[in-house]
Amino acid sequence: MVRELKIVPIKNGTVIDHINNGLALEVLRIINVQSLDKDSTVSIAMHVRSAKHGWKDIVKVENMELSPRKVNAIALIAPTATISIIRDFKVQSKRNVDLPDRIVGVLKCPNPNCITHQPEPVESEFAVESRRPVVLACAYCERVVDDFRQHLA
Amino acid sequence: MGGASVAPRMSLRGRDVISIRDLSREEIEEILAAGRRMIPYAEGSKVSRPLADQIVAMAFFEPSTRTRLSFESAVQRLGGSCITIADMSATSMRKGESLSDTIHMLSGYADAIVIRHPNEGSARLAARVSAKPVLNAGDGAGQHPTQTLLDLATMQEAFGTLAGLRVVLLGDLRFGRTVHSLAYALALFGADLVLTSPPTLGLPEELKAPLEHLGAKVTTEPDIARAVADADVLYVTRIQKERFPDEAEYRKVAGSYRIDASVLAHAKPRLIVMHPLPRAGEIAAEVDATPHAAYFRQAFLAVPVRMALLDAVLGEPKRKG
Repeated sequence: MVRELKIVPIKNGTVIDHINNGLALEVLRIINVQSLDKDSTVSIAMHVRSAKHGWKDIVKVENMELSPRKVNAIALIAPTATISIIRDFKVQSKRNVDLPDRIVGVLKCPNPNCITHQPEPVESEFAVESRRPVVLACAYCERVVDDFRQHLA
Repeated sequence: MGGASVAPRMSLRGRDVISIRDLSREEIEEILAAGRRMIPYAEGSKVSRPLADQIVAMAFFEPSTRTRLSFESAVQRLGGSCITIADMSATSMRKGESLSDTIHMLSGYADAIVIRHPNEGSARLAARVSAKPVLNAGDGAGQHPTQTLLDLATMQEAFGTLAGLRVVLLGDLRFGRTVHSLAYALALFGADLVLTSPPTLGLPEELKAPLEHLGAKVTTEPDIARAVADADVLYVTRIQKERFPDEAEYRKVAGSYRIDASVLAHAKPRLIVMHPLPRAGEIAAEVDATPHAAYFRQAFLAVPVRMALLDAVLGEPKRKG
């Protein structure tokens, strides 16, 4: 059987593959589609067969490369995702997302009384206390974040 | 410098102390030992001036009586001097200056900064901004490491050890993070914990597991009389009115957690009752005259313990031996 993807290849841009099934829209939210070049095509495939993970989502965005901060945000919600940079229809580089030890500027602290919500020249910062499952603690007030999807900045 | 070298021999010099977790067990032990040696200096019967010519800024952005006064007393007993922000309305923060800017400025005026601030995480932010050591004197409902140190010092003075003590933590165990820090430190030192609280104000499960991981035996006993029966320490905290949906509910719970002579009638003779103060009716005045009352001693020990910490962070480098 010919393996067929139902979305077209892109010339230049980024392919985020192996997104946990059902989370493509979260990834789009992180990418902030509205901010993209109006001539960029964004393709989404949801609930696609995956050899590794059963089912997966895929997001392709033309003419965009992700900032390290956005990669960290994707690593948080979709730890199995891979990110491929495409140049002239060829995969220039491919890597797994990787959760760093500290996550800066990606999440808002769930503690409303945390100093990071005050008008201070400070970015939110979380220490990764555990990776499986992912447990984050605010580097300032030490509040533990359990549902980080709700707290993406 | 006059008097003995009483500073702990570890390297706390120049360090920030924001959370009790910033200190290792060995460092806590050394501060407690130095705190014991500081008692005659705190009482004024001996004199030592390791902080002579040093200035400590007291940056108190919310009201505090005993924490600020005991820190000021500690600095002055060590021969240092204080500059103090005690009233936020008199600072530029009222004009919209950020905490970061205020701390930046203070770190140019002083050799160390003691901070109390209503927002959690403020002391950590101050430590990042300041070029000088920052000591956290309470950040909102967050950390208050010197309170934990003096609580441990009070128990250690009464019993000679912390290991194996049976400590009842009574009151708001859900939101009171000072109690969380104390529970962590007690578990670190091998004490057993008995948790007594209204059902809605129990210790969060995610905090219980790490205590047990440290080897502490943690039990829940909602009945005060049963909890007190075989306890060594009864640590009472305020039950905060704002945690309750209505006044009647608050009164019911607060009333059921009042410590008086009848509650202590079946306690061990050596049981000590502690409270971070100020109390708001949780402990009846009649307890003051019993040998169980340790809260005023606890308030006094704030001075030698804070002296030990200030000396460790700021004191002159000590010669070997």
